Amino acid sequence: MRLEPVANPSAARRLGLPALALVATLGVAMGLALLAGANPLAVLGQIATGALGSKLAILETLNRATPLIFTGLAVAVAFRAKLWNIGAEAQLYAGAILAVVLGTGVLGSPWVLPVSALAAMLAGAALLLGPVLLKTRLGVDEVVTTLLLNFIMLLFVSYLLEGPMKDPMGMGWPKSPALIPEARLPRIVEGLRLHWGFALAIIAAVVVWVIQTRTTLGFEIRAVGQNPEAARFAGMPVNAVLVKTALLSGGLAALAGWSEVAGLKGHLSSDLSPGFGYTGIIVAMLALLHPLGVIVTAIFVAGIFVGSDAMSRAAGVPTYIADMLMATALLFMVLAILLTRVRVVRG
Amino acid sequence: MSSTGPGAEVVLRLDRISKSFGALKANDAVSLTLRRGEVVALLGENGAGKTTLMNILFGHYLADDGGVEVFGQPLPPGKPKAALAAGVGMVHQHFTLAGNLTVLENIRLGTDALWSRGHGGARAKVERLSRDFGLAVHPDAKVGRLSVGERQRVEILKALYRDARILILDEPTAVLTPQESEALFATLRKATALGLSVIFISHKLHEVMAIADRCVVLRHGRVVGEVDTHATDKGQLAALMVGGELSLPRAEARVAGEVLMQLDRASTPDRGTVPGLRSVSLALRAGQITGLAGVSGNGQAALAEIIAGLALPASGSISLRGVPVARWTPGEALAQGVARIPEDRHHQGSIADFDLTENAVLESYRSRFSRRGWMNWRAAREFAQGIIRAYDVRCPGPETRIRLLSGGNMQKLILGRAMASDPVVILANQPVRGLDVGAIAYVQSQLIAARDRGAAVILVSEDLDEIIGLSDVIHVMSQGRLSPAFVRGTMTAAELGLWMAGQKFEGADAA
Ligand SMILES: Nc1ncnc2c1ncn2[C@@H]1O[C@H](COP(=O)(O)OP(=O)(O)OP(=O)(O)O)[C@@H](O)[C@H]1O
Ligand SMILES: [Mg+2]
Repeated sequence: MRLEPVANPSAARRLGLPALALVATLGVAMGLALLAGANPLAVLGQIATGALGSKLAILETLNRATPLIFTGLAVAVAFRAKLWNIGAEAQLYAGAILAVVLGTGVLGSPWVLPVSALAAMLAGAALLLGPVLLKTRLGVDEVVTTLLLNFIMLLFVSYLLEGPMKDPMGMGWPKSPALIPEARLPRIVEGLRLHWGFALAIIAAVVVWVIQTRTTLGFEIRAVGQNPEAARFAGMPVNAVLVKTALLSGGLAALAGWSEVAGLKGHLSSDLSPGFGYTGIIVAMLALLHPLGVIVTAIFVAGIFVGSDAMSRAAGVPTYIADMLMATALLFMVLAILLTRVRVVRG
Repeated sequence: MSSTGPGAEVVLRLDRISKSFGALKANDAVSLTLRRGEVVALLGENGAGKTTLMNILFGHYLADDGGVEVFGQPLPPGKPKAALAAGVGMVHQHFTLAGNLTVLENIRLGTDALWSRGHGGARAKVERLSRDFGLAVHPDAKVGRLSVGERQRVEILKALYRDARILILDEPTAVLTPQESEALFATLRKATALGLSVIFISHKLHEVMAIADRCVVLRHGRVVGEVDTHATDKGQLAALMVGGELSLPRAEARVAGEVLMQLDRASTPDRGTVPGLRSVSLALRAGQITGLAGVSGNGQAALAEIIAGLALPASGSISLRGVPVARWTPGEALAQGVARIPEDRHHQGSIADFDLTENAVLESYRSRFSRRGWMNWRAAREFAQGIIRAYDVRCPGPETRIRLLSGGNMQKLILGRAMASDPVVILANQPVRGLDVGAIAYVQSQLIAARDRGAAVILVSEDLDEIIGLSDVIHVMSQGRLSPAFVRGTMTAAELGLWMAGQKFEGADAA
């Protein structure tokens, strides 16, 4: 068996294979359910109704999708330039911290929301600036530095919540004081539990898409990602492009944390993110790094997590099934992406 | 019965092969036969369909119509393994070796099973082949460290190791020095004497005249002529290829203007075995073509990098119109009106998965095709279309990814991009490598026209005929040193050859 490049993948190939990957993922899901001793079809059904079966479920899924859209965008932007930002988790917490710092009374309406959003983005951008400068100046691998920053950041958050940022009224729980009402993101429609963070995430995706397709920066990001040598030869400031990409990516990831705190939780705790930063990588890869695709895949992934929670309560199958599903979905999708560009030939 | 020559057994028969890419007919009912012990040259303009035809023969592409027969047996379509097994070996236009493996490992890769560990038998066979065919390479050298000529020998050895009886060489000499090409021809003569047959693709007609028995000429995917080499001449072949008379432009002498770019005692460090510049001083004048002759790997790359804005000399200086430059980047060079036609069009000159529009505006998107950071794609597409029309780039349209263009057409797009900016200094590094005669004439006339408009052109080439035909002044590079300037008409090719070999430098140094 050999791999052979496909020069011009047909539309059927480019869309059919990812679809096949999703079907295969469903197959694995049923297998897992069977292993757990449950009825596979019932489990799938329960995941589906848990995610989409009621107005409440749908809103819950969209709420869960919000931070995933932001982190997915952050990863998609960076990966386009072949800047391997694995640190969306850390950047997310940087945004969350700024939401608390500026949202607990230093600033009032109407400034607190825009200022804290901006500050959160700057903090996330700054956090990625170090690794990217190490990469462009000294050639240090950004996979390692951004990954390590995740752990450092998580420990820093624990420190803050045990010390300077601890809520005195928290009855000993390691959490921050609550945001003032003016610092909270309002709901999109009064009475429906969906906050403005979701709308902002959609807007962000459109903005990123416009940047990538319509602006010189987007052109540069794609060129640097595809062939940095040719980009440099053509006069593109390759390092500056990487830095700008990092700022954009870090800022987007930070908005995930900011909107979770300002829109959903209202305070910071160390379990704010169940790995949204890492799941963002899956979301971005499933979307083939397309910013508008990120919206779709983020909702899909969120649906599986929300649905699995509901299913687990009903069928007694552990929620770990959601994580395993994500992992298999990613594997199949990577395979599908590979197979759109090469075909396997026998002989 | 004679074993070679016209009456010899037919080893390969292509029968009315057709292949379309969308609306473009790359091959149109092409038939071709190859006999034992014969070298057939496949000629044709850039994009005529030569590589496509060979890819079909070798099973990389599926033909829409037609069939292939090897040694009388039909070849199943689309199966490279079957072509290999039938005795067809292919050396591609772009090499396909793994740089981190040794020569021997590369040769065995894909042939011997992964689990056969011992190299003994294989080594003996490779050594015997390299002796028989005059292909000297060290079996244990890492391929990544080899020169282009050596890599090509490995490719040929690999084909021979698989017991190929038919060798297909797609533009094997495009990247070789004249000496390496000679060595390759010696190998091919040995091969045909041993009864192998060769299909040889080249745009260099003197090579074709020297090595081929028969020439098959393609134009727009059709066979337009088939002639015995000894019954034809270069002029007739060229006329067949382009479908009309053609003469290479010759530049008339002109009065040179002011110095536009100057290097003053520029030196750069050596890179491995490739020498850097040794105190090179060079003046490029308006309205003048400066030819830089020399065997490649003698410092031309370092000089080209400096002119292109990729590097500053480690010592010495570069100045523009008498002003020394301090900040020197590709963007700065472009802004100062330095146009660059890079030697490596695949890695430096273009982005493979970008379409023609995107590649066309790669250097000018900021200055000409955007406002306040917003791209003007409509204008960019029109610009690309303009280049495609003016330079006759054969392609389905500006939305084509550049990786799908034939080598020559890719070069035409890069040339058009460089010329579009009305440059004052033009660095043309091997500008006609891989181009057909018509395209060569066109590119050279463009360089002359730019000179006549007052640009300073520096032409880097290994082809002495090209250098002598175009240049107003000639320098020779050898071991990082630059010869004095020779004015048009004062030097013969033989004298330049002595400078290229480095002998004259010793004399000049001693004097
Ligand atoms: N995979 C492909 N998809 C679309 N078009 C293609 C593809 N491969 C080749 N072409 C087109 O087919 C035509 C013939 O290309 P081919 O590479 O065979 O030319 P060639 O004769 O080898 O030219 P050159 O001398 O420049 O190497 C060109 O116009 C090229 O753009
Ligand atoms: Mg070709």
